[in-house]
Amino acid sequence: MKKITYVINGEARHLHVEPNDVLLDVLRDKLGLKSPKCGCDRGDCGACAVLLDGKSVRSCLILAIECDGMAIETVEGIGQDGLSALQEKFIALNSFQCGFCAPGVTISATELLRNNPRPTLDDVKEALSGNLCRCTGYTPIIEAVLQAGNEGGEHGKL
Amino acid sequence: MAISHEFSYEKPASLGSALALLTRYQGQAKILAGATDLAVQLKEGTVTPQCLIDIKGLSELDTLAFQEGQLVIGANVTFQALVHSDLVRRELPMLGESALTVASIGVRNRATIAGNICSAVPSLDSAPVLLVYDAVVVVTSERGTREVPITDWFKAPRRTALAADELVVEIRIPVPAVRHRGVYVKLGRYRGEDLAQAGVGVMVTEQNEYKVAFNAVGPVPLRSAKLEALLRGRTLDDALLKQARAEVPSEISPITDIRASREYRIHMCQVMLERALRAATGLLAGKSIDVEHLV
Repeated sequence: MKKITYVINGEARHLHVEPNDVLLDVLRDKLGLKSPKCGCDRGDCGACAVLLDGKSVRSCLILAIECDGMAIETVEGIGQDGLSALQEKFIALNSFQCGFCAPGVTISATELLRNNPRPTLDDVKEALSGNLCRCTGYTPIIEAVLQAGNEGGEHGKL
Repeated sequence: MAISHEFSYEKPASLGSALALLTRYQGQAKILAGATDLAVQLKEGTVTPQCLIDIKGLSELDTLAFQEGQLVIGANVTFQALVHSDLVRRELPMLGESALTVASIGVRNRATIAGNICSAVPSLDSAPVLLVYDAVVVVTSERGTREVPITDWFKAPRRTALAADELVVEIRIPVPAVRHRGVYVKLGRYRGEDLAQAGVGVMVTEQNEYKVAFNAVGPVPLRSAKLEALLRGRTLDDALLKQARAEVPSEISPITDIRASREYRIHMCQVMLERALRAATGLLAGKSIDVEHLV
């Protein structure tokens, strides 16, 4: 066991991990953060995405011990001071059906909008190309990201 | 899925300590960089190291610079860093364009090009650009440092010239002094997490020097000496492209698998070779060409 520290959703947390603990399992099982999901468990589906020092990563492909001292943001953090402009758009446009992919999509789209507040359609498609959704056909998801960019981009809560 | 296999974790603070660990573990240690391949192998139990050596604390491996006519890419440089680099866009646009075809942002934010050539799957997207520009892999160990030409790097699927006690320090890509343009065309089913079903990379100089490489159509990615000899010094025209297409089947050895048939791969390599050559010469002539959508 090694003692490590994360800043999770703005709060410093100390925990003990084994070298073979996977970040996704630690987030869900030790820290109780259930928004990242285990879909394919091999980095293909994007359901486990979190922001690591501001960059979207696959938490199923990262060892918990690698992230010692780093900042991790999950959907719990994005929404902790009220829904972001993006999340409001997802709700307004009924973007999701089963919702399993929603946290991962939210992470990828949040990273996009923070770096590029006025994305084009191609930018959005590229940003979401690693998030699989089996319900919607993506159209209402992409539309919500575009609208959040157009209306809330620079001034909204992303 | 948890990783059932147990190992120790080291994050050395110096290159010397990392090399000492590699020597001490005698092939029982694995280097940990982006881990986008390694984590899957650990979960599946296909690799069972005693120790993982995390090199992300070694800042000397973070280099991304242009030095003495060469683009130098440290072992910790991620694909997304290559996608966003103005230096890469200016000196070697094919490298950034190739990086953009790798998986998706969430993987590219972690995955490194050095890790990609160490994983050495036949479909690796970084191979064609490295092959057509004659990249060199700089590896080091406690026994010393050596430079391995990329054409000698790939030995078999998932096997490279890297010895068990060696670490990749950087990849060096000599940028031609004359005007040049490279193009990578990747056949996949969709953009995103798809592996190449077949891939073609070409590089053309203003003196009509041509380099041609293929990936995902043989056990290792390869350069085609025959096609390069055929094209050398000549200006592209329909007759020459027809001859080039005719040479493709004897230069590659694709298999039929779940992703594509052998016949389809051969056919598409012919199509993609022609499009890549036309695109590269067109770009060199100042035309505007959308290299992301050639197939």
